[in-house]
Amino acid sequence: MGLLSKKDAKLITDPLADNNPITIQVLGICSALAITAELKASLVMAIAVLFVMGVGNVVISLIRNLIPSKIRIIVQLIVVASLVIIVDQVLKAYAYELSKTLSVFVGLIITNCIIMGRFEAFALGNGPWRAFLDGIGNAVGYGVILIIVGFFRELLGSGTLFGIPVLGDAIEKTGLYSTGYENNGFMLMPPMALIIVGLLIWVQRSRNKDLIED
Amino acid sequence: MEKRTDKNGYTIIFAIIMVVVVGSLLAFTASSLKPNIAENERIEKQQNILYALGVNDNEGDGDITFVSTKEVAALFKTKVSEQLVLESKDGKIIKTMTRQEFMDANNGKEPYLIDVKKQQANAKAGESRLLPLFVGQSKDGETQYVAPIRGKGLWDAIWGYVAVDKDMIVRGAFFDHAAETPGLGANIKQRYFMDDFDGEHLLTDAGVFKGIKVAKGNADPKNMDKTDYEVDALAGATITGDGVSAMIKADFKLYMPYFQNLKKVN
Repeated sequence: MGLLSKKDAKLITDPLADNNPITIQVLGICSALAITAELKASLVMAIAVLFVMGVGNVVISLIRNLIPSKIRIIVQLIVVASLVIIVDQVLKAYAYELSKTLSVFVGLIITNCIIMGRFEAFALGNGPWRAFLDGIGNAVGYGVILIIVGFFRELLGSGTLFGIPVLGDAIEKTGLYSTGYENNGFMLMPPMALIIVGLLIWVQRSRNKDLIED
Repeated sequence: MEKRTDKNGYTIIFAIIMVVVVGSLLAFTASSLKPNIAENERIEKQQNILYALGVNDNEGDGDITFVSTKEVAALFKTKVSEQLVLESKDGKIIKTMTRQEFMDANNGKEPYLIDVKKQQANAKAGESRLLPLFVGQSKDGETQYVAPIRGKGLWDAIWGYVAVDKDMIVRGAFFDHAAETPGLGANIKQRYFMDDFDGEHLLTDAGVFKGIKVAKGNADPKNMDKTDYEVDALAGATITGDGVSAMIKADFKLYMPYFQNLKKVN
C-alpha cells in the first residue's frame, strides 16, 4: 500500500472487523438500534458520523498539545457538538425530510460513545494523519454495521430497500407476496436491531475464535 | 515543574478563545444556511396543511407521504381557496381578514406563515391574537377549514393542523413534534393516532365546545363512538397525549365564534 504504511493501514482495517466499535467494543449501540429501520437513515447516519469522526479526530489531534488537561473533556464535547450542529444545519438546508427522520438522533451523535471514546483514547495522543485514519476507520466500522442492520430490517420489515419495493407489491400481492409471503412488522421495532447485531456478533466470533473471551 | 497547559490563566484564556472561535463559526453557518432552511419549513407548512385536508400521497395504512415538494406550490394554490385571518381577543373575534386584506396590510406576507407561537405569546401578554384559518376543498368536494394549533409535549413543542367541517367535526388531523420520545410520544405523528381523530365532534349537539380528549382506559378503543369527545391514548405517552388534548381545546375554542357565525349566516 503505497500511501499508507502497514501500521497506518491497520488503523483503518482493524475497526472494520476485529476491533469493530459496535460488535466488539459494543459502543454506539443506541443509534444502531434507533435509526436502522430504513437503509436510507442508516446510510445518512453513517455518513454524518464519518464526517464528525474524521474532522473531529483531526481537530482534537491538532490542538492536543494546546488543550488544558483540566478542561479536556469539555473541549472534546465542544468540538463534537459544534460539528454536529453544522451537520444538523446542513441536513436541514439540503435534506430536510431526512433531517426530520433523523430528528433527535443527529443530536445524539454528540453523546455517541464512539466519538468521545476515540477522541480521548486516540486523538489526544497521536498526530493528525493517524488520528484521521483512526476516525475514518472507526466510523466506517460503525457505518458498515448500521448498513447491514438497516438492510435486513428494511428488507424484511417493509419489503423495500432505500424505499424502493424489491419484493413486489404487498397490497397488490405481486412478486414474492403472491406466494403468501408477508412483511414482518416486528423487524421495524428497535429490539430487532439488537437481535441482528447479536447475530452479527455470533457470526463474527464463530469465524474468528480469537475474539471469544472465556 | 507544572506544565504550561495546566496553569489556571492558560486554561481560562484557552476557554475564552475557544468560545469566540466556535461561536462565530456556528453563527456564520447558521446565518448562511438560514434562507434554505426557511424555504424548507415553508414548503413543509404547505404540505402539512394539505395533508390535513386529505391531499397527500399516502399509500397503504401506515403511510404518511406528503405531496411532493415539486407539486406542493401548485396544489396549495388550487386546494386552499382562501386563507382567512381572524383577530381574536378575550375569546371573541374582533376582525376577519381575507388573504388579500392580510397581505396588503403585511407587506405581502401569506397568512399561512403566521407564527402560531408568537401569536400565542401575544395573547398571553393581553394583546389580540391572529388566528389563521385555511379554507379548502377535500377530495370529495366538501368545504373544510384547517386550523394550526400548538402546545407543549413532554420535552418540547408539539403542533398540528386539524381540518374540520362547518359543524366543527374533525375531517383530518396532522400532528408533529420537536423532540418527543421515539416510540412513545413521537407516535402522535403515526397514522393510527392521527386517523382516530377523523369524525370526532368538537361541539355537543347543543353547540357547547367540548374538545377531544386523548383518554386512557377509553371504553371505545376501536373508536366507533364519534361523539364521546375521546380518542384512545398512546401507551407510555401520557404527557404528550395530554398536550394534544390541551392544544386542541385551547386553540380550537378560539375559532368557535367563527363557526357559530357561519351557521347563522347559512
